[in-house]
Amino acid sequence: MEITFLYFEDCPSHTEALARLRQAVAAEGCAADIEVIKVESEADAERYQFAGSPTIRVAGQDIAPIPPDTRYALGCRAYRHPDGRITPLPPLELIQRALRTAQQVYPDAEALG
Amino acid sequence: MSNLKIGDRALPFALPGVDGKQHTLEEYADRQALVIIFSCNHCPYVRAWEDRMVQIQADYADQGVQLVAINANDVVKYPADSMEAMIERAREKGFNFPYLQDETQAIARSYGAERTPEVFLFDQQRILCYHGAIDDNYDNPAAVQQHYLRDALEAVLNGTSVLISETPPVGCTVKWK
Repeated sequence: MEITFLYFEDCPSHTEALARLRQAVAAEGCAADIEVIKVESEADAERYQFAGSPTIRVAGQDIAPIPPDTRYALGCRAYRHPDGRITPLPPLELIQRALRTAQQVYPDAEALG
Repeated sequence: MSNLKIGDRALPFALPGVDGKQHTLEEYADRQALVIIFSCNHCPYVRAWEDRMVQIQADYADQGVQLVAINANDVVKYPADSMEAMIERAREKGFNFPYLQDETQAIARSYGAERTPEVFLFDQQRILCYHGAIDDNYDNPAAVQQHYLRDALEAVLNGTSVLISETPPVGCTVKWK
């Protein structure tokens, strides 16, 4: 399963977000290659359709809906906890749900252990 | 790195607020402590912390603490930080403190603010006593271990030394023109 992690250095949650992504991958038993991409310019942001840092795509799908008025730019991304609170850190449950969905869509993906 | 160092005096400002009035440093002269927070609308770190900002103002208002939020972001690149959007955010979140716009960015530059949110706490003499983050957990208010701003406020109000006077501000960068 392909996973892409895109981040902008100035948004400090990216280190913890990547650790959380790796935790989720391990918890779900996914055989996944995580490609980490540092987005460094507005041109990069356009090219990668970067909706803010961090952005996580599992099998090409963003783990959270992107609002229609989003502009691709160097910036930090807002996520929501299940209770509605805003956070710059993608909730673990959100990442795990995306991984499970991808595993259902791509059942031939190799499972770990 | 902030231009202001611990022990420096607050720098004057005169900025429009979401209430349609002009606000100045001098109008808070009778307050025991002044908390200036460089803030904005669009940053998720601010949005994660802003309920705590409202709660801090509510908890300390009776003790003469005044919180003032200043948004210096470039509204051309970030329309979500326009005055109209600020008015809406203040209404929606029930801001109990002035929310000001620094359209020229001169005040943010003079203070040396780099992030949103970024706190500058001044005592009654308007001496900088604390600079940095609100607390140590933007993600989960229930998991906060260090209440930097609250602890600093307690020290200022009790006339004792602020034990942790500086922490790295954590948040989005100020969006310069």
